[in-house]
Amino acid sequence: MIGFLKKINWMTLLIPIVSVILGLLCGAVIMLIIGYNPLLAYQSIVESIFLQPYYGGETIRAMIPLVLAGLAVAFAFRTGLFNIGVEGQLMVGWLASVACAIIFGHLPRVLLLPMSIIAGGAAGALWGYIPGLLKAKFKVHEVISTIMMNYIALYTTAYIIKNFLYHEGERTPTIPASASLASNFLANLTQGSRLHWGFIVVIIAVIAMWYILWKTTKGYELRAVGFSPDASKYAGMNVSRNIVLSLTISGIFAGLGGAMEGLGTYQYMTINSAFTGIGFNGIAVALLGLNSPIGVVFAGALFAGLQTGGLTMQSVAGVPVELIQIIIALIIFFVGSSYVIKWAIERLSRKGHKK
Amino acid sequence: MFKKRIAVLVAFVVVLASVLAGCGNGKTSGSSATKQTAFKAGEVTDVGGVDDKSFNQSAWEGLKSFAKDNNLKVGTGVKYLQSTQASDYSPNLNTMVHQNFNVVYGIGFLMQSDVQKIAEQNPKAHLGIIDAVAVDKNNKPLKNVASITFKEQQGSFLVGVVAGLTTKTNKVGFVGGINGALIKKFENGFKAGVKAVNPKADIYVQYAGAFDAPDKGAAIAQTFYTKGADIIYSAAGATGNGVFTEAKNRTKSGKKVWVIGVDKDQHDQGLPENVTLTSMVKRVDKAIYDVTKQAKAGKFPGGKVLEYGLEQNGVGIAPTTENVSKKALDAVSGYKKKIIDGSITVPTTDKEYKEYLANLK
Repeated sequence: MIGFLKKINWMTLLIPIVSVILGLLCGAVIMLIIGYNPLLAYQSIVESIFLQPYYGGETIRAMIPLVLAGLAVAFAFRTGLFNIGVEGQLMVGWLASVACAIIFGHLPRVLLLPMSIIAGGAAGALWGYIPGLLKAKFKVHEVISTIMMNYIALYTTAYIIKNFLYHEGERTPTIPASASLASNFLANLTQGSRLHWGFIVVIIAVIAMWYILWKTTKGYELRAVGFSPDASKYAGMNVSRNIVLSLTISGIFAGLGGAMEGLGTYQYMTINSAFTGIGFNGIAVALLGLNSPIGVVFAGALFAGLQTGGLTMQSVAGVPVELIQIIIALIIFFVGSSYVIKWAIERLSRKGHKK
Repeated sequence: MFKKRIAVLVAFVVVLASVLAGCGNGKTSGSSATKQTAFKAGEVTDVGGVDDKSFNQSAWEGLKSFAKDNNLKVGTGVKYLQSTQASDYSPNLNTMVHQNFNVVYGIGFLMQSDVQKIAEQNPKAHLGIIDAVAVDKNNKPLKNVASITFKEQQGSFLVGVVAGLTTKTNKVGFVGGINGALIKKFENGFKAGVKAVNPKADIYVQYAGAFDAPDKGAAIAQTFYTKGADIIYSAAGATGNGVFTEAKNRTKSGKKVWVIGVDKDQHDQGLPENVTLTSMVKRVDKAIYDVTKQAKAGKFPGGKVLEYGLEQNGVGIAPTTENVSKKALDAVSGYKKKIIDGSITVPTTDKEYKEYLANLK
């Protein structure tokens, strides 16, 4: 029995790992064909991230919103919902946190910082609540409504910044230092990277997701709805309410991700003319992380590493930055085709495991 | 059995990896052995990328021609790093600074705060920024940053002169991107140029509110042309592409209208209907070339706000002049002299424009 369990876990773990390796290998082949040195390229990623504090710090910095976006997607997915609206929830969270920090700039840090973070989470929650409500009450498919909410968020935030919070340079004013998550200590530790205290929020969020889903009755209900809405309804659970709750909590995670960008990385919000991409990468992060909190952390680390490493790949090995996007896409592609990988692994091991 | 197969797989990967290593080493050993002492200049593009047909590309052309004239290798001696998202600006600038590039340019005002931060963290590094003035916390120019700006009003004045002398309806239009200090320089310079040669002309002005909205550009152009304007100057980035589309449609249906292009010579964009009257060019490439040259000579203009105007050939009308009348060209060269010698000061703000108009009468 124990052996059986071990094998199952091993298999599910193996698929993402094999996907990543395959993605990197295919990337290497492409680089080779175009005429770049893949070993130098990958070496530059690993060396910069693990040996140079600046890039290490930047990787963790890039991880912060990615993990939160990944948690948002994974949380909704556990209830059987595809939250494609993480991007929009992240944007409204970003703007709400920055706006709160600017409007209440006179308040002391102990009040202002938590308030701004909560404002970000609350805005994200609202942006998740609306599609949740539409799904629960009117059966509007959440994929469509969340995608549309992305566009509403993109243009509404741009409008609000242009008309109410405008600052030279197509952005909001800089937030007061008392609302900032940036820290000179962390910056000095990492040779001036933009690493900020937001990683603590991420740790709390990871634990919170695990606790809510696996340690509370409500979490059990949410997961039960994900497994089978009909069975949960038969068991007396309120499916509609769970759908709304799931998307709202998912929105909180996404909104917090936006708040981390606003209060940590940038200290302001730019007028975005296109999506940031963090929310969409979050879908891949959740997928690669098998929708588990700890998996999302590892997947987020990988994506952040590839993103930051992609920049050094460009500067050290001369590989165009577009190629790193192709590699990321290949990894997602292989995760998506996990069935093929599973089939291949099973074929490889079939002869040895006749029972 | 399973383990054995895995072992075979691993062996395969190892062999493949060593083959890859063999292939790669020969190619790159040359570039990685670059001397630390050699002069290096770098550019960090904004999200538009190096092939944006606008200032990122223009800046890179400047660096490339500098490399050619100084026997530097493209890719090592001069180099660009592309940014795919706004959060890449800072690490890209940092990478070049840490790789001891002698001068690193941030292209565009979007990078202003990142350039400022990195300049403060690395006081010995030399940085440059286009279209913005890098300042410290006390609003003083940073000592190690060359701020490169352009006197767009002067170039706009000249295309205004062309428009004022070419219009048959005595109505011209101006389409702006985002209403701010930068595009106001284009608008007021243009208006001043038109009024200088054609005081009776009506000038319609509207801002699209975006640099990337060709649909709005087309809608505004439609309004202007319908109101009777026959020339529109668009200082609106990609929004201007919509103005071109509308002008081409009108020309196709038999009503000849003109567009004045911006930033670079947009003659080709007006083809085949040939709707580009002239363009206001902004020589980012030349500015980058100049500053890099000074940096190489050990005279990096750190802390200075460089303004490229007509005098430095930093702005001007496009080299393609086939659609401009001889009369207009003569007037342009006359006004160019007057602007350079200071007898005309081109207004940049609405207030200055009002004063300019009052003096004109």
